[in-house]
Amino acid sequence: MIEVISTDRCIRCDICERICPAFVFDRDETGLPVIARQDDCQTCFLCEIYCPTDALYVAEDAHGPTGISEAEVVERGLFGTYARSLGWSRGRAGGAQNDPTRHIRVAQV
Amino acid sequence: MASRRKAQPEKDGRLIETDVLVVGGGPSAAWAALSAAETGVRVVLVDKGYHGTSGATAPSNTGTWCVPPGEGRAASVEQRFKRTAGLADRRWMLRAADQAYENLLKLVEWGYPFPSEEDGSLYIANLRGPDYMRFVRQRVQKAGVTILDHHPILELLGDDNHIGGAAGLVRRSGASFRVSAGAVVLATGGCAFFERILGGTGLTGDGSLFAAEAGASLSGMEFTGKYTLSPHGSSLNKGLPFRWATFYRENGEVLRNAHGDPVTNGIGGGERQVAEALLTGPVYARLDLAEPAMQDWLRRGQPNCFQPYDRMGINPFEQRFRVELKYEGTVRGTGGIRIVSSDCGTGVAGLYVAGDAASRENVTGGISGGGAINASWAIASGWWAGHGAAHHARRRQSRDAARLQPLGTAGLRGSGKRDDVDLAATAQAVHDEIVPLDKSYWRTAAALESSRRTLDDIWSRLGQTGPATGIERLRARELASVTANARWTVAAALLRTESRGVHRRRDFPGEDDAQASRITVSGLGKVTAAREILALETAREG
Ligand SMILES: Cc1cc2nc3c(=O)[nH]c(=O)nc-3n(C[C@H](O)[C@H](O)[C@H](O)COP(=O)(O)OP(=O)(O)OC[C@H]3O[C@@H](n4cnc5c(N)ncnc54)[C@H](O)[C@@H]3O)c2cc1C
Ligand code: SF4
Ligand code: SF4
Repeated sequence: MIEVISTDRCIRCDICERICPAFVFDRDETGLPVIARQDDCQTCFLCEIYCPTDALYVAEDAHGPTGISEAEVVERGLFGTYARSLGWSRGRAGGAQNDPTRHIRVAQV
Repeated sequence: MASRRKAQPEKDGRLIETDVLVVGGGPSAAWAALSAAETGVRVVLVDKGYHGTSGATAPSNTGTWCVPPGEGRAASVEQRFKRTAGLADRRWMLRAADQAYENLLKLVEWGYPFPSEEDGSLYIANLRGPDYMRFVRQRVQKAGVTILDHHPILELLGDDNHIGGAAGLVRRSGASFRVSAGAVVLATGGCAFFERILGGTGLTGDGSLFAAEAGASLSGMEFTGKYTLSPHGSSLNKGLPFRWATFYRENGEVLRNAHGDPVTNGIGGGERQVAEALLTGPVYARLDLAEPAMQDWLRRGQPNCFQPYDRMGINPFEQRFRVELKYEGTVRGTGGIRIVSSDCGTGVAGLYVAGDAASRENVTGGISGGGAINASWAIASGWWAGHGAAHHARRRQSRDAARLQPLGTAGLRGSGKRDDVDLAATAQAVHDEIVPLDKSYWRTAAALESSRRTLDDIWSRLGQTGPATGIERLRARELASVTANARWTVAAALLRTESRGVHRRRDFPGEDDAQASRITVSGLGKVTAAREILALETAREG
């Protein structure tokens, strides 16, 4: 589930708060998102790809926080990995035209 | 689970007037809204989440059932029909294939970035979830549809014999709102029974509860024995990579079938053996049958599948990892609101249904429609329901919002006799009656009877609980809805004393030709299950 919001990277644009389908975020007085309802997170990783500055990190465990720190996310290069593998960048969609899934579906049968 | 927001007294709140109200924000809602707007009526789309990221498609990558017109189409339908456990309807399959194909071409025309084949032609049989849903949201906006995000509907509104709108709450404030409409399309998706799957949080089968409260019935609720392999503890119920998996026990021993061959293909023949093995202990997998080219395609084509592995720091092609079967209820299972007309009417005047909220038996019979059929069904049924609702709304120009009555029951209008129902604990209890493998992968009369008693008791307790207030109303209604869906599932599963499609009875392992008909369920206080053919015959006789 959602675990890390990088205060340094975040530009307080409020996109994550608006687009999170599970309504997980609130904002503090400075406009920084806060994880207000963590247990509602559906671990869909979509806030990560919508964030224009790769400031969010969603850990793999859907049932509870893993306790990963921002430092570890940085060190392991995990900010923005899902967006990059899709071809999304700075919160903008991209890369669907390069999706090779057709090869998988042909081989599947 | 608890919200920090202050509870507010739920006055009727803001009133919005429209012709067609679409409830939901997934693909079926988008196509319904586009279809209704095309006819020139006013359309409002209200989503529990954010239209563009909510629902089962947005976080996924969905293959469609994409069958071009021509001679091949009938053959394709025939081939697919053979796999539907005898309960699909060829005419519906054919028209769904036709409508979905036509709408996929609309996406081409609108400029959706489909990938190209080697010969330069577009490959339109796959829609990448985040891109597709973001794209259709923009189309819906362009079509002039009013979108209300984070506005979950809690109940339908009706006058004497028509559905005339719905009421809900604003998640930001907990305040109430109402929509008065000439017709309503329920596109609320399936019911994930509180299982943590992709897109699953908001999928609590609300549409089925609303429809049942309005007098509609459901069908196919026994075809909910659907699970998909996932890395243990993750949300990634995507089976595709497990096509190339080998499975292991905890001690590293390869899992073998009755012939002594290794169990492979976790989305095909291997699934049942993995499920059996999971009853006795942990199971591990390794995607070791994927050649390097396939590894690359999987990584680039299904990048969400690799998020758990990358974040855990393991290479799934080389290392073993623990797996589980995630329960998918009516999301990849098949049951839902029963459709009675070609425009996806529910039999209740003014109420239409689309996508996973509807029973998909017409197109997929007793098996799962995941992997292709469901995505195309969402497109086609959304289109028909949007048209049906628009035509209905046009015929009902004179409407009086003042005459609308709320139709909601449990969670909103309890008797208040008791105050000891803990929503979170009760949600867990309902989950535990349905989700475990020995409850829904394999069913027995004894386990079903025991679940029935437990769930009936929970339902009656919910009815005696005082009405929830403010934002808590959403939790209360979601719980009521999942409980109702669980009760319908159990009732249908008890009546079907055979195994067919994704309904597996340990006590009746074979298919019984005499039971090759659908099962309809209805009712809330008292749940009734009936065989469709018998019900029709009785109706004719009486
Ligand atoms: C991981 C995964 C992979 C899949 N892959 C495939 C595939 O490859 N091929 C295929 O054919 N199918 C696939 N499916 C199935 C496919 O995603 C669904 O059939 C499809 O999303 C159904 O669309 P829908 O609009 O009916 O429902 P959903 O997309 O689930 O949307 C339901 C919507 O209703 C909203 N909602 C719910 N309750 C309320 C309420 N009370 N008020 C307002 N709004 C509400 C939700 O917020 C959501 O927006 C997959 C499903 C999953 C989970
Ligand atoms: S989307 Fe990213 S940048 Fe914008 S508020 Fe959220 S975390 Fe900050
Ligand atoms: S992972 Fe999905 S549900 Fe969780 S916070 Fe991000 S967008 Fe919201």
